[in-house]
Amino acid sequence: MLSILHTIWNVFTHAFHRRVTVRYPEEKRPLPPRWRGRIVLTRDPDGAERCVACQLCSVVCPVGCIALQTTQDETGRRYPAFFRINFSRCIFCGFCEEACPTCAIQLTPDYEMAEYTRPALVYEKEDLLIDGTGKYHDYNYYRVAGLAIGGKDKGEAEHEQPPVDVRGLLP
Amino acid sequence: MLELLRQALIIIGVLAVPFLIASGLTWGERRLLALFQDRYGPNRVGPGGVLQVAADMFKILMKEDWTPPFADRPVFVLAPAIIIIATLSSFAVLTFAPGIAVADLNIGLLFFLAMSSMAVYSVVLAGWASNNKYALLGSLRAVGQMLSYEVFMGLSLMGVVIQAGSFSLGTITRAQQHLWFCVPQVVGFVVFTIAGLAETRRIPFDLPEAESELVAGYHTEYSGLKFAMFFLGEYVGITLIAALVTALFLGGWWGPVLPPLVWFLLKTLVVIAFFILVRAALPRLRFDQLMEFGWKLMLPLSLLNLLVTGAVVLWQEGLRF
Repeated sequence: MLSILHTIWNVFTHAFHRRVTVRYPEEKRPLPPRWRGRIVLTRDPDGAERCVACQLCSVVCPVGCIALQTTQDETGRRYPAFFRINFSRCIFCGFCEEACPTCAIQLTPDYEMAEYTRPALVYEKEDLLIDGTGKYHDYNYYRVAGLAIGGKDKGEAEHEQPPVDVRGLLP
Repeated sequence: MLELLRQALIIIGVLAVPFLIASGLTWGERRLLALFQDRYGPNRVGPGGVLQVAADMFKILMKEDWTPPFADRPVFVLAPAIIIIATLSSFAVLTFAPGIAVADLNIGLLFFLAMSSMAVYSVVLAGWASNNKYALLGSLRAVGQMLSYEVFMGLSLMGVVIQAGSFSLGTITRAQQHLWFCVPQVVGFVVFTIAGLAETRRIPFDLPEAESELVAGYHTEYSGLKFAMFFLGEYVGITLIAALVTALFLGGWWGPVLPPLVWFLLKTLVVIAFFILVRAALPRLRFDQLMEFGWKLMLPLSLLNLLVTGAVVLWQEGLRF
């Protein structure tokens, strides 16, 4: 009997406690920087697309929501002709970000992507591409890779020696 | 002519105010529960969420008012009306302030007890007419609970009646000018409050509509406006019990500074808030616990209270001669 009165009193004191609810649209909880939210395609520090259209993200995606097609420009740089993410399927697992060899695809701390129609959740390349470098500010794939493209021959990348002529006899 | 107009205004007020409080409670209860549970509750529609009442009303009016084909149609329709009629007509015998009453019957309390027994019919008929096992189980529980709690609900009031020497609610309240009855009749006060909770099927005693076991109890098959009537009937019932507790034990309209009517309303709202607090705090009883609590604890307690009150009143009268 006393415990019942004690319970009632205890619950009553909760009227003066701080409420734990976060009134969402007005106040937002701080998100950690590595939050896995809306996916973006980043650019390298020179402002060119980082994505080399290797298809790794598309392959690793467990729900198959990434579709892209590979092309090359006249200098030999690979890039996606189109890059499409169906966010109505995406589960924000972050595998694409882990698979990406050029740090192009990245997940951002943004979860407010609700739409009224389903087609609006299909993001095309122009929706995904941002102007910045994302989480990796100085990384530029073509500057460190040994791949020859227009304006940069083999052996001209950072930390790279000129290629050895394996058929030459000179030391 | 002026007297007639005044009377008509009182009748309309007595009809409208319980309804207003009851519909306000659909929002107020959720806000208060949230307050006790460190949440916010409905706070989106209108300032502080007050217009939630209008939104809920609109929603429930838009719902299909479906009568199941296997239900006993006339009884099914009649049941929700009874609960509203029974609870609202009890307000007629309440005296809210000196001169503000629809009909201050000299048997006011008996009328209230009779009407609260009538409300049982609503629940029984609803459960029976629904032709649904959950509804029937709910109404069976409701009958068992309400009948056994009505016994000592009436008995707990007799102490007050002995002390005031009248069944009229106006006279009873008038007798509390110097001392509220919740002090000499503290046992009756506690027993009546508990019985009132059981009578309105509020949470420690909400077995008839226990949603975790019986879907929704006796109103499982109800939807739309009929369900709204049950819902509103429950809240009107809470308001009625709170008003009765106020009139019988908390001094009714007596209070300093503020006008009598405001005091009555204020006390009623405090009692309602206490009911909501009890809902926030306590879990549901088991049915055998409910019966044991009623018959083995509350009934002897109210009988003892009646005995002691009668003895003390007789003794005091003996002193006078």
